[in-house]
Amino acid sequence: MPPTSTTTPPRADVAPAPAAAAPRPRGRRTWFPYLILIPALLLELLIHIVPMVTGFWMSFVELTKFFIRRWTDAPFAGLENYRIAVDVSTPVGQGLLTSFLVTVAFTLLVVSLSWAIGMAAAVALQRTFRGRAVFRTLFLVPYALPMYAAVITWNFMLQRDTGAVNHVLVDQLGILDEAPFWLIGDNAFVSVVVVAIWRMWPFAFLMFMAGLQSIPGELYEASALDGASPWQQWRRITLPQLNAVNSTMLLVMFLWVFNDFNTPYVLFGTAQPAAGDLISFHIYNASFLTWDFGTGSAMSVLLLLFLLAVSLGYLHLTQRKAKRDA
Amino acid sequence: MRETTGEKIFRVVVLSVLSVFVLVPLYVMATTALKPLGDVQSSFSWIPSRVTLAPFVQMWETVPLARYFLNSLIVTCAATLFSVLVAILAAYAVSRWRFRGRGPFMTTVLSTQMFPGVLFLLPLYLIFVNIDTTFGITLVGTRLGLIITYLTFSLPFSVWMLAGYFDGIPRELDDAGKVDGASNMGILLRIILPAARPGIVAVAIYAFMTAWGEVLFASVMTTEDSRTLAVGLRQYATQTNVYWNQILAASLVVSVPVVAGFLLLQKNFVAGLTAGAVK
Amino acid sequence: MRRRTLLSAVPLAAAAGAGLAACGSGGSDAQPDRLTYWASNQGQSLDDDKQILTPVLEKFTEDTGITVDLEVIGWTDLQTRIQTAITSGQGPDVVNIGNTWGVSLQATGGLYELGDAEFETLGGKDRYVEAALETAFAPDTQPASVPLYGLAYGLYYNTEMFEAAGIAPPTTWEEMVAAAKALTDPAAGVWGMSLAAGSYTENVHFAFINAVQNGAQLSTEDGSPDFTNDGVVDGVLRYLDLMQAEKVVNPSNAQFDSGTKSVTSFANGEAAMIINQNNAHATIEANGMTAEQFAAVPFPAPAGAASQCASHLAGINIAVMESTKNLDGALQLIAHLTSSEVQAQLGKPFAALPVLTDGEPTFTEDAEQAEMFLDVYRERAEPLPRVPWEDQFESAVGQAMNEMFATIATGGTVTREDVTTAMQTAQDAIRA
Repeated sequence: MPPTSTTTPPRADVAPAPAAAAPRPRGRRTWFPYLILIPALLLELLIHIVPMVTGFWMSFVELTKFFIRRWTDAPFAGLENYRIAVDVSTPVGQGLLTSFLVTVAFTLLVVSLSWAIGMAAAVALQRTFRGRAVFRTLFLVPYALPMYAAVITWNFMLQRDTGAVNHVLVDQLGILDEAPFWLIGDNAFVSVVVVAIWRMWPFAFLMFMAGLQSIPGELYEASALDGASPWQQWRRITLPQLNAVNSTMLLVMFLWVFNDFNTPYVLFGTAQPAAGDLISFHIYNASFLTWDFGTGSAMSVLLLLFLLAVSLGYLHLTQRKAKRDA
Repeated sequence: MRETTGEKIFRVVVLSVLSVFVLVPLYVMATTALKPLGDVQSSFSWIPSRVTLAPFVQMWETVPLARYFLNSLIVTCAATLFSVLVAILAAYAVSRWRFRGRGPFMTTVLSTQMFPGVLFLLPLYLIFVNIDTTFGITLVGTRLGLIITYLTFSLPFSVWMLAGYFDGIPRELDDAGKVDGASNMGILLRIILPAARPGIVAVAIYAFMTAWGEVLFASVMTTEDSRTLAVGLRQYATQTNVYWNQILAASLVVSVPVVAGFLLLQKNFVAGLTAGAVK
Repeated sequence: MRRRTLLSAVPLAAAAGAGLAACGSGGSDAQPDRLTYWASNQGQSLDDDKQILTPVLEKFTEDTGITVDLEVIGWTDLQTRIQTAITSGQGPDVVNIGNTWGVSLQATGGLYELGDAEFETLGGKDRYVEAALETAFAPDTQPASVPLYGLAYGLYYNTEMFEAAGIAPPTTWEEMVAAAKALTDPAAGVWGMSLAAGSYTENVHFAFINAVQNGAQLSTEDGSPDFTNDGVVDGVLRYLDLMQAEKVVNPSNAQFDSGTKSVTSFANGEAAMIINQNNAHATIEANGMTAEQFAAVPFPAPAGAASQCASHLAGINIAVMESTKNLDGALQLIAHLTSSEVQAQLGKPFAALPVLTDGEPTFTEDAEQAEMFLDVYRERAEPLPRVPWEDQFESAVGQAMNEMFATIATGGTVTREDVTTAMQTAQDAIRA
């Protein structure tokens, strides 16, 4: 899993934990927790915090190729980088906006479909039957497969003349007369969505499977006696019982998918089509291809702010809902 | 409880469709790896007309795959090991003490996972270079640099997951240990760790997967000597040709151990995940 | 920034101590008898490059006592690696660069500018083909690199197909299109031409060459981008029309993201012509054609064109990094690699044209072909715009052409107006 797209499932105690669950203070020996936190703190500082602060600073200076070698002397640019990034009347701002919208659509599709597929698979495997373990294992393979191996295989399958996808659609099923392109033009969006779902749904499946195990069987039996249909059971028991899993997982998947860099990077290479121009990849190109790290950093900061806002809003909503339900 | 016909149809349809969805790429990977390059470059066929093991032989020569494999193995294993160790310590602190700064620590750790990698790629590189010029520790282009980077990437999630797991271990056990005169470290080693084994395995798997597939940082921070598989595999597309059959053969070879390991340990992973998320 | 002094001290010290090998504040890697050299991928594989260069570098060690740590870097990684090396002041002593980046990289100040004193070590400026050396610097500055391997485009054609159809090799654009049309037979899976239409670097080269043939320039006198003048727009459209109007290119080519892929389809008999740089010779043969089955002529301009430009001035340059602590050694290495013997030796495996004025081409046995490419390289090739924004030009215009080819391939139409709009957008994206 790419670090660029990893995230932590926020547990309910992201806010100060309720008193009952609060760890008990160990009185005088308060130095001990600090001592054992030191390695984690140092690493976080070195790898995450200091580079982030540097990146934040970079977004306020004119860090083009003319200053990159003496980057500490780069002239202060104020909000100029941000202005360039959001000015939609210029190609740069327009490009960022388009990329943002593509990414929003991509994220909505990938998260919702992965959720649905993962749920369907978990429910289908809820009962014990012969061969259940085989399916369970098989469904986890895409998740375990190294990311580049998976995406490069898809890239091969999506080739126009030599790929398996067109072979099926055109030669075997005859649905289409002419072989479509999957990696350029508008279809590229479909491709990147399908590939991302292929990689993502097993995660949803895994989480749901774990969640389903903790639902007491009696609940189903009781409702079966009441004559509830399987659909009603799912609506009234399964879904509410999976609430906790759901709220965590949706946020995790949202952040992973929104930040996805690897899928477009491996799938499209240097020839990224506009329809598959996801935002992480877009910012990477904006920074490295044009040597404009100031504007690239400004774009990243904007992305970060957006993700923070969405995450906080989401946590706020789910916690309020949890309180209401309680 | 009897299964209705509707349920059965649902089950059969879902499982068959998903099996095909999952299996097709795996099948294409495996069969393409067995085809000669000429066949791979002409139109696709499901069943190889000629089968050859040559790609599995040539792939070691086209690209120094063995070296990349070794690099990946060293970097990933070391990053996993240290990530788990550091995470255990931090999670222990967070789970068992209510110290000043605990809340901010956890919030910060959480938010680091939202950082877009592109934003701190260049700064991190510059910091590594400065560490080299100041302290003489070479982090750029070495496996050490990658290990430190990757272990931190998996740290936040690991700390959260483990803290959740440790929380679930009754505190009465700690107290019993204390009565027996165990130190804080003693309690961690003798009481908490054995009880948290599934959680630790889950964290280890997660850390391993994070490091094993990383592409962006590896492409900038490695040299020929320290290059990992994730970037190394790209080299099958050279100036002369795109060796599709070798790419997929190599992908297959590097996937098998990881997938096998993951599937063997999946039960732990499920258990560990749920401890952090479900409750 | 705490570290400012330390960071800026390194290159300063290196510059001040030019010639004094053991100078520098970092200290740890200031070794007078060691050099790091990043080479680009010129051969069949990275390993192949290493095998070819190793004896050359061993000879250098023998002559000078300097050991060279060689790393061959693939093209996908080279630009990022150079960027980080320049930014951090930590990288190789000597590096290969694509010569089209020459001026862009010079603008970063990361490459050591070579004055008369340095050229004395290299044997003088006039040893190098003048136009090739010009890729290494913006007008009115000193070269920041020197040519290492020369490359030029040629129109490769399948001799058997041409003979069977009784067609002579084309000398004008119109003849090329006519030949391509005659040989295109989609039902048989054969097309007149194959283009790397999904490669932004290839596309940008042809935008440039076709524009120059029309007498146009891509930058104004004062060095600002000018992509929307008639010559450029018509040139771009002419190239796009090979797929769109003339239909002599398989639309699948819109997915070809490297020249390699069109070479493969040429070698497999799926295309009668490709436009490729002369190092395609080796690649075509590696893909199974024999030397008799193909030949090359200069990439033709339309009849009555303003210029007979047949190629941009392609190739690889070699540069000393500003941050080197071993300037003397670095210059000696460049002198060695651009010496007549080594040039002749490397010309064959890397299929390179000689960058020296008195060099003889060794990349092919066929004297006529060699002469043809040499003539294109020396007489009919023009350097890409020698401006700091050349790299942005490559990505902006190149990507625009990728998108336009994609539109055509997926059944859309690209009008002259569309080209103008796309070029305007590309031009606006450049921050000069």
